[in-house]
Formats: sequence, structure tokens, C-alpha cells
Amino acid sequence: MSDYNFAYLDEQTKRMIRRAILKGLAVPGYQVPFASREMPMPYGWGTGGVQVSAATLTPEDTFKVIDQGADDTTNAVSIRKFFERTAGVATTEETEKASVIQTRHRIPEAELTEDQILVYQVPIPEPLRFLEPRETETRKMHALQEYGLMHVKLYEDISQHGAIATSYAYPVKVSDRYVMDPSPIPKFDNPKMEMAAIQLFGAGREQRIYAVPPYTKVVSLDFEDYPFEASKADHPCDLCAAEDSYLDEVILDDAGNRMFVCSDTDYCRSRREAGHVGRLGEEAAA
Amino acid sequence: MIELQNVSKSFTLHNQGSAVIPVMEGATLSVKPGECVGLVGASGAGKSTLMRLIYGNYLAASGSILVGGVDVAKAEPREILALRRKTLGYVSQFLRVVPRVPALDVVAEPLLSVGTPIEEAREKAATLLAGLNIPERLWSLSPTTFSGGEQQRVNIARGFAYDYPALLLDEPTASLDAQNRATVLDLIEGAKARGAAIVGIFHDEAAREQVCDRFVDVSGFSPKVAA
Amino acid sequence: MTPLLQVKDVAKMYGARIGCTDVSFDLYPGEVMGIVGESGSGKSTLLNCLAGHLAPDRGEVVFDTRADGPVDTVTMSEPARRMLGRTDWAFVHQHARDGLRMSVSAGGNIGERLMAVGDRHYGDIRARAADWLGRVEISDARIDDRPSAFSGGMQQRLQIARNLVTGPRLVFMDEPTGGLDVSVQARLLDLLRGLVREMGLSAIIVTHDLAVVRLLADRLMVMKDGHVVETGLTDQVLDDPQHGYTQLLVSSVLQV
Repeated sequence: MSDYNFAYLDEQTKRMIRRAILKGLAVPGYQVPFASREMPMPYGWGTGGVQVSAATLTPEDTFKVIDQGADDTTNAVSIRKFFERTAGVATTEETEKASVIQTRHRIPEAELTEDQILVYQVPIPEPLRFLEPRETETRKMHALQEYGLMHVKLYEDISQHGAIATSYAYPVKVSDRYVMDPSPIPKFDNPKMEMAAIQLFGAGREQRIYAVPPYTKVVSLDFEDYPFEASKADHPCDLCAAEDSYLDEVILDDAGNRMFVCSDTDYCRSRREAGHVGRLGEEAAA
Repeated sequence: MIELQNVSKSFTLHNQGSAVIPVMEGATLSVKPGECVGLVGASGAGKSTLMRLIYGNYLAASGSILVGGVDVAKAEPREILALRRKTLGYVSQFLRVVPRVPALDVVAEPLLSVGTPIEEAREKAATLLAGLNIPERLWSLSPTTFSGGEQQRVNIARGFAYDYPALLLDEPTASLDAQNRATVLDLIEGAKARGAAIVGIFHDEAAREQVCDRFVDVSGFSPKVAA
Repeated sequence: MTPLLQVKDVAKMYGARIGCTDVSFDLYPGEVMGIVGESGSGKSTLLNCLAGHLAPDRGEVVFDTRADGPVDTVTMSEPARRMLGRTDWAFVHQHARDGLRMSVSAGGNIGERLMAVGDRHYGDIRARAADWLGRVEISDARIDDRPSAFSGGMQQRLQIARNLVTGPRLVFMDEPTGGLDVSVQARLLDLLRGLVREMGLSAIIVTHDLAVVRLLADRLMVMKDGHVVETGLTDQVLDDPQHGYTQLLVSSVLQV
């Protein structure tokens, strides 16, 4: 244990955040304002997610952090270290072993369970923001369920690109009531949001917390003649041969050679350990 | 059809020391269906004023002005508008239209406003314009660009497009050549024959004698000089 | 016949200053009423009170709703009033950019009201947007262009299309031809007259341009210092004004 209060924040602040979380769970998809604190990292690095994680963690928890699905990127490593030092909790890279998972831009491939909590880092919580800049107006639109504008955005997509080109932060309607920004996860992950785990969303700069309780209906918005499609690159993983996972495209050289790999590093590793080998799997192992 | 009882009219000029100018007093007039009454009297005696009172364009100070049972002197705006749509036509000396609207549609408009299908309305308008010798190449142009005589004829065509039971004609034959004048007089005779009650002002004496059944001298309605 | 809109004794104060007061009138289906007066006469305040943008301090604005008949819109719930604003009511602003979403394409601007009332078929929405572009004389080749690429007159016509696509019964217009060239104004007036007749619209038009009301309005209301000084048939008020202020207003117009 260190000289920090458990998980960096003082107890009063954690209680304040927990109240916001409980309210968010009680009103799925509703953005609860909270008094976001200064954290020892810049805005945009996950200050909202970190505060929610801090208020959620207990000393018995096992903590995992992913950034774009990966456990080994700067953002993930620094947040994991932050809680190792300030909370002294156990950490892991294995999805199944974690009780609290903080994520930036992905939902893990492995199905989450009822005893897990998924904490999202959110840059802009207001899905209506780009079309309606006035906060007073967007709040009123949520209150009165005036969501026609959300479809204007999708309409613009189709008229410009011939299809709904929004591929991440794809708006959803939660529990038939609130339209919610799922944070910039790929729309491939949208169907997974109807899950067994608790989902919490923290936006530090914008000072908003919202939540999706377990087994809650989450519907991606669409048109009758342009239905929602959870898309991914049409390839198997070049390392583990998985056909069902979300892939990152990696440019290999100046000749334009490329490979596709699972963005979820833990999923890919566990598959390779189980003996699955993709197109370039042998070379990579070598 | 048109019944005026003891109508008076004065103008109050609020911005010129609230001067009150009485212009008409005790105007009484009755026109039966199929009858054409010519208003006569010196220029400035109040012929046009009387027409405007009947049309509701001027507000009467007192008296009653019944047209088809509606008292124009007291009616609500929407009642007067309905009257103008369905009962009372007015051919003024000046054409006032929205710029850019083609002559054909200007003439067809009174028919459209009572719900006549557009094709039928345009057909009637075309017949009238042709009869009044407006060259077909002008029909699609706005009459604002026409000569004075052409505008006058478009105005007449518009006034006769719909078969109003009552008609007010202010100098309908002014500035027309003999042929068009004859056409207009035919239109007036036709309106009388179908039973329209007509009040007209004609400076053209021959025309006046031809279509009017009797004359009313509006000088008789001039306010008595203050006693 | 039930009036479409019954305005009863509406008043709006700005502190001790009168915005508008003692305004009452009935508007019947298909009627177009003009409200004229100089700047500061209270005509825009009145329009905003009638359209639900401002809460009047006193009075009733009773609208004959499709579902429930006459209802006072001042005391009706905000969601219901906003719903009216998207369906049976339309508001045409003087400046098109106040009434349009400048970052959204012409088609999206027109489609917004359709999507707001639950239309979820892209093909249908787009077809109706194209149809309305045609009705306001904008080529449907421009459907994916943003309004910022349009001329002032086109923007104003687009605003009208965006408002009329849901088939409203009452249109509020605030100086709809203000700031446009005379020739563009004429085209817009012609368009509005045609739409009013075809759709049987009722309209309340605020303007200081007497030529506009003469061509568009059946009836006229003249305002001065927050009070209605004269009402009546448009041509009667303009040709035989009874009130001193109206006489001044009419005689002030430059003759061309």
C-alpha cells in the first residue's frame, strides 16, 4: 500500500461518483453530471474512465486496462500502473480473470460475465452535439425524446457515401428511451452491448457519467431500407486465424504489404496458445 | 342583388389637423339581377368612391350596403373575402398583380380560388384572352410588362373569368379600339343575360347607351354644404 | 366554422415596458393575416408569443388541434407544444440561417421534420425531399449541397420547403422577404401565394413591407407601441386607413 488514499481519490469524491453511477444505472443511457476532478494525466487520456474505475475498485478486485483492444499500449500501461501504485490492486491482461476492465475504444472479444464491470473512456458523451451545439437544447431533446436529429446524421451519411459510413461511436437507443453515444467503439462491438456485465461510461472533461445495466436492450439506430450492420474487415486474423474478431490493419513495408491482426491482444494470444495459427502466424512466432 | 341604403362616407385626415372631408351622403341605390346601372356625374362627384364602398375597399361611415344578402358596411373581412370570391366581381382601371405570374394564370386565378380545376380554368382564360386579342405569345409573360391597353384587357378578362352574380365595372371600355370595345360590350351583355347585376362607370357615351338600363347621378349623393 | 387560431387578450411585458398588449383576433382556416408596424411596434414579440417561442404574461392562444379540437397552447405541456411546432405549425425566419441547419445538406434539412415525426425509410424521405425541392423551384441536383452554397433567395425557399414538408396548417412568417432582392422577393411571393392556395394554409406574416401584405394577406393588423391600432381587410386598411398612424404609414411608402 502506498501513501495515496485507496485508488487516488478521497472517499468523499468516490462517494459522489458512486452516487452518479447508481443514478446512471437507474436511468440507463441518461447522462448524469458529476464534479469531475483534476487527475494526474491530461484530458483525453481517460480521466473520466479513471475516476469511474477509482470509485468502483475494491482491494479484492483484479484490474485490466485495454486501449484499442491492446493491453500493451502507452495509455493502457500507464493507467494500469497508476492503479497498481495508488490502489495496490492485482492486475491482469486476461479478460476472464479481470473483475474491472477499463477500456478505450473496444469491447473485449471474450463474452463478459455477471461479475465483471466494463468502464469506458468517453471523449464526447453527447450524441446530438455535432448537430445541435446548444447544451440547453440537447438536454430538452433528451427529456422529450426528440431524436429525429440523430437520423439526420445517418441520412447525411447515406446521401454522401451511399451507406451509413459512421463506423465508430455509432448511436444507440438504450432501453427504448435514451439515445446514447457508446464512446468511439467500432460499430462491430455495438451488438455486444447487450451483455451480462455492468457497463459504465465516464467523460472527465465533459463531466458526465452514464451506464447500461446488465441485460439491457441496446438498439443501434438505422433506417428501414438501410439496416444497421456490424462490419469488420473481411479477413481472418493473420496471427491466430480467428474469423469472428475485430481486426487492425498493419502496414508491413513500403511495398504495400499488410496484415490483419486481432485488435484484442489477449484474445489473439489465448487463441495462439491454444494452437490456432494464421497466415503469418509462423513467421511472427519465429 | 345590390342594395345601398343611406350610405355616407367621409375621410378623416389625422395627420392634417384631423380635417374631416365628407364625400358622400344618403347614397341609395338598388340593382336587380340582369340589370345594368350606369353611374354618372361630373369628375370627382364620387362615382369611383361609390364603387369602392360597394366592393368594401372603402369603409362606409354609415348606412347599409347589401350585396347578395351580406352587409359590406359591417361584415367581417372573411365574409367580404368570400363575397368577392363567389359573388362580387370588380374590374378596376388598374391591374395589380404579383410580378412574374403569367397573364394566363392572372386571368385564371378567380376561377382557381373557387376550386375550378387548373386545366379548365386555363382553358377559360385562354378563350377570354383570345377574344380580347391578346396575342398568344404574351400569355406566358407577366402582364406587368404589357402596354396600358393590353393590361386593361387582361384586367377585363380576369373580371369576366368567373360568372359573378354581381359586377362592378370602372371604365371597362376606356382606351380600347373599336373591335375590343365591341368584345367587351358583348361580355357585358352576356353577363346581363345570365342575370348578373352590374354597376358601371362609362365615359364612353355610346357604350353607356348600349348596355345600361338606367342611370344614377351620384351628384345627388354629394354632402350638402354645411348649412 | 371553428377558427383555426383564437387569440384572446394576449400581453407580453419586458419589465415595465410593453412588448405587446390587448391583442385579440380569430384566424380562420385558409386565411392569411398580415401584421405591420414599424420596428419596435411589438409585431415580432406578438408573433413569438403566438408561435410558442415566448411565454405571454397574459391571454390565451387557442389552436384547433387535429386530435383534441381547440386547446390553449400557452398552458399546454411543452412536449405537446413542441410537437405542434414540428407538425401543424411552421415558422419561417427572416434570416434563413436561423431556420436552417447550415451544416446539413438540403435534403437533410427538408427530411428533418419527417424524421422527427418518425419517418424511418431513407428512400421515402429522400423522394419527398426531392419533390419539395421541385416545388420551391430548386433543382433536385442540389439535394446533397449544403445551404451555405445557396443564394439568399434559394436559402429562403429551402427554409419554406423544410417547414411545409409535414403539411402544417398554420405558418408563422417573420419578414420572409426581408433582405432579398426585389426580383427574388417577387418570385418568393408568387411561390408563397401558390402554396397557400394549394395547401389551404393559414398564415400570419409579420412585415414592414406594405407591398408584401397587399399581395399576400387577406387581412391586416396594424401595430404601434405594442397596441393594435387598426384591423381590417388588407386593401381597405391600405386604401382607406382610419387611424392616424396607419395613414402616416401608408403615405410614407415611396411610389415607384
